[in-house]
Amino acid sequence: MEKAIVLGCSAIGAGLAMIAGIGPGIGEGYAVGKTIESIARQPEAQGDCTRTMFIGVAMAESTGIYAFVVALILLFANPFIGKL
Amino acid sequence: MDGVGQGPRVVFEIFGWKVTETVVMGWLVILIVFVLCRFLTRNLKKVPESKRQVVAEMMVNFVNNLVKSNMGENMMVYAPYIGALLLYALLGSLISLVGLRSVTADFNTTLSMALITFAMITYTKIKYHGVGGYLKGFCSPIGFMLPLNLISEVATPASMAFRLFGNIAGGMVITSLLYGALGALSSALGLVFEAGSWGFSVFQVGIPAVLSVYFDLFSGCIQAYIFSMLTMVNVAAGKD
Repeated sequence: MEKAIVLGCSAIGAGLAMIAGIGPGIGEGYAVGKTIESIARQPEAQGDCTRTMFIGVAMAESTGIYAFVVALILLFANPFIGKL
Repeated sequence: MDGVGQGPRVVFEIFGWKVTETVVMGWLVILIVFVLCRFLTRNLKKVPESKRQVVAEMMVNFVNNLVKSNMGENMMVYAPYIGALLLYALLGSLISLVGLRSVTADFNTTLSMALITFAMITYTKIKYHGVGGYLKGFCSPIGFMLPLNLISEVATPASMAFRLFGNIAGGMVITSLLYGALGALSSALGLVFEAGSWGFSVFQVGIPAVLSVYFDLFSGCIQAYIFSMLTMVNVAAGKD
């Protein structure tokens, strides 16, 4: 019974952790949108803009990745089961 | 859900050392890179005659230009390492296209790659500022910023390792979840044909390949590029 409660709460926690996916989604959308704007204004700077955008997008993505790692730990390497 | 997110399987044991799939695939990637390098650089000419040499020069020029534009002319010693890192991370991710397990879907691989970067950053800082200047850098701009600087120092390799691992492992988990869901869907609709131990689900054909193009091909290439890019940027930032 205790185990079932812990497992169920861990699954809910994993789902809640992935709400963090909203943030990177919005942020990356802004970054890509602004890059397209600047490329449209100055097409010759496309290489530089794209390269910088990828770095920025990867940076913005890291919060989402952290949330994903937390969800993975809760689902597959649950630390609370051992504490029962 | 068998095998999803449970970490790499143990292939065999030597003297109590568990050799996992990651290690075996890592050696396979190293072997592929070695054979590729030997094959591409055989009898080089001053003026390239074979297509092989043109390809080799293209790859070397790509890495050299990348390092030159991101780190500057005086840090070209890092170009071979960046090239090796790029090739290893790229092939390590793309190896999942042929059904093997990605090397970079194991946190140990990415963490060790990130720790090498961390050592290089520390080396560059000490080389350009001296030991005193390096230690003083933690207290800049004022003394009580010390804990924050320490955290940001540790956060660089941690975030790099988590980023590469999370992207590749996430793609792997999502692809296998979809694969399982498609199998369940086709067995619910009665579209599974079984011949002995060999089963065939209609929906499992083709549909996971579309996702695989994004998660394995695109994500693998971009993340390998990002990882080496962040290495270059962070090491070059240690100079000032």
